[in-house]
Amino acid sequence: MAALGAASGALAQDSGDHDGSGSGHGSMDMTGSTEMSATSHVGHAGFPTGSVPPARAGIDPTAILRDFDTGTVSTLPNGQVLREWEITAIDVDIEIAPGVIFPGWTYNGRIPGPTLWCREGDALRIRFTNAGSHPHTMHFHGVHTAEMDGTPGVGAGSIAPGATFSYEFDAVPFGTHLYHCHQSPLAPHIAKGLYGGFIIEPKSGREPADDEMVMVMNGYNTDGGDDNEFYSVNGLPFHFMDHPVQVKRNALVRIHLINVLEYDPINSFHVHGNFFHYYPTGTMLTPSEYTDTVSQVQGQRGILDIRFPYTGKYMFHAHKTEFAELGWMGFFEVSE
Amino acid sequence: MTASRDTTTQEHDVKSGAQRMPRWLLGAGPLALIALLIGLFTLLNAPGITGAGDRVPEEAVAVENIRLEPGEIILFVRNEGVDPVTIAQVNVSDYFAQFTQTTAEMAPLQANTITVSYNWVAGDPYEIALITSAGGKISADIDAAALSPEQGASFFGLMILLGVYVGVIPIGLGMLWMPFVRRSSRGWIQGLLAFTVGLLVYLTIDATLEGLELVADNAAFGGSLTVLLGAFIAYISLEGIEGMILRSRRTTPGDRALSPQMLALLIAVGIGLHNLGEGLAIGSAYAVGSLALGASLVIGFAIHNTTEGLAIVTPLAAQRPRIRRLAVLGLIAGAPAILGALIGATVTQPTLAALLFGIGAGAVGQVAVKLLPMLKDDTGRILTPLTAGGIIAGIAIMFATGLLVTI
Repeated sequence: MAALGAASGALAQDSGDHDGSGSGHGSMDMTGSTEMSATSHVGHAGFPTGSVPPARAGIDPTAILRDFDTGTVSTLPNGQVLREWEITAIDVDIEIAPGVIFPGWTYNGRIPGPTLWCREGDALRIRFTNAGSHPHTMHFHGVHTAEMDGTPGVGAGSIAPGATFSYEFDAVPFGTHLYHCHQSPLAPHIAKGLYGGFIIEPKSGREPADDEMVMVMNGYNTDGGDDNEFYSVNGLPFHFMDHPVQVKRNALVRIHLINVLEYDPINSFHVHGNFFHYYPTGTMLTPSEYTDTVSQVQGQRGILDIRFPYTGKYMFHAHKTEFAELGWMGFFEVSE
Repeated sequence: MTASRDTTTQEHDVKSGAQRMPRWLLGAGPLALIALLIGLFTLLNAPGITGAGDRVPEEAVAVENIRLEPGEIILFVRNEGVDPVTIAQVNVSDYFAQFTQTTAEMAPLQANTITVSYNWVAGDPYEIALITSAGGKISADIDAAALSPEQGASFFGLMILLGVYVGVIPIGLGMLWMPFVRRSSRGWIQGLLAFTVGLLVYLTIDATLEGLELVADNAAFGGSLTVLLGAFIAYISLEGIEGMILRSRRTTPGDRALSPQMLALLIAVGIGLHNLGEGLAIGSAYAVGSLALGASLVIGFAIHNTTEGLAIVTPLAAQRPRIRRLAVLGLIAGAPAILGALIGATVTQPTLAALLFGIGAGAVGQVAVKLLPMLKDDTGRILTPLTAGGIIAGIAIMFATGLLVTI
């Protein structure tokens, strides 16, 4: 939990910076016909009026970065730690790009859903209520019984609107995982926003990170075609261009990178001016690669351990430039 | 018989009741009732009348024209649906570009001009996606980016020249076949007339298809309906005018055939209306930069339209028309190309162009029908090996030369 303590400290600090830089976004025009706002995208792709301010969108990718939900913790008679969460599926309209309203399906009102954090071997109980308009499920990546898999037709199967079900299983194996809806038709049930990170920390722990964060790579198919019109990390296209991820020089930054992108086959992550150690799926304690670019297919994920030796602004983006210029790009801002 | 007499009596009673009212009231009465009923329905919030249902709005937007200026792409769009539409983002080949627009929310049928800042590269193709507030995507393609011509005096001068190149000169040249036609035998004349019919048949079909193509993605003002209705109205109008002329001459009932001069004039008018549409297509294609002016285009049109000159003079084979009269006929047929080019280069409404194509098609088709009786042989038969062959030859020549001038 030391890592998380450090992370929440960084979060508070970031919020301060974030408010400061976000103030320029107060008056935005849906039409894009007003002058350029405070955004400094000169030479970069971006929306004419900058990304949607988190207050207007109702989701804040910067806050989502370090928002690890450890659940309500108690101890079972056998000494096992029990973690419990309340997750509600709810339909929410989210302004994902200036003037573009996406009719989202969400877990707890946000895209991506809450990042559930636990430790290897914990007993988990996720009480899922479907307050949406369609049947949904919660399908966790992990080792568990068929009844708890969140697959329609197996166990509780589809959870009807208004119904509730508790998914119960132990946290194995350790690693960076995800959960998502498994109701058919699958592509829209996932792509409309029903997904989130699921982190199982190894019992033995990892090298303590100074700053730990989650990045969920997603997309928005707004016109019902076979591709996405917008791409993002943590929900809002171009957000991290306007609000760079604040990190400290030489600090060990641990990024849980998860790809949930539908319709496009492969997503990627590339960082400028730096390399990182990559742990595929986070299920091993030794990295597989020292690189500056990784690719992930749908559902693939991993851990990136990175230290920035110099201060300044460093881009990170999908190395598929189409995705980058349609929203999946941002900055790390390294300070002393 | 008894029953029918009863019915007559009843009808008579009804009539006598209605006869007391003024005639205009009888005409306007049902209309007033309809208005009253609609008013009542609306007042009572009757289902199916008011728009306050849970219907999901449908977005339908047509891109009517695209202009390219240095560092700018200008799109002329129109909401062709029944619900308001807001364009929220503009994406040029997967890149969100800065833009301004003349109206934020387009009401049904309202036009909107979207000016996009984008440093386009000459010759490159672009895919433009207009993304609406509901996430819908309206696509428009630029096949090869090229600067749209400035619309100054020199531009309009060029359009006039273009009209002269493709309309007036080729038709004038075609009319130089007059001496040849005059010295041809009756068989030759029949063949040439058949050739003219084939040519007109080709133009009718061609103009209809071109008009339909223009409004294939644009139903704002009736779409393809305008082409077909335009053609029908042109046909009926020319028939009506012809009837009027014949009546004013007070010819005897047996002598109602058109004079050769009249036929030549009709052909000239029909071809003129057709060339209006043709000029319009050229002008609008040039204005949006999708037409490269060049020798091949001008030569192509010269060959293509020269045959139209032949069509005008063929009915005059037995006449000795004055040069001035011929010149007027040539101008009637050719000069509308100038007007068309000017309209096409300045007006950005595809439906208007489609309507003009439809009118041209109807006019040319009417002339073709008028020529048919002149193809009769001694037995009174229209389609003989000679005339059928002539018609096919006319179609074939127009088809072959038409390949030179695909816009």
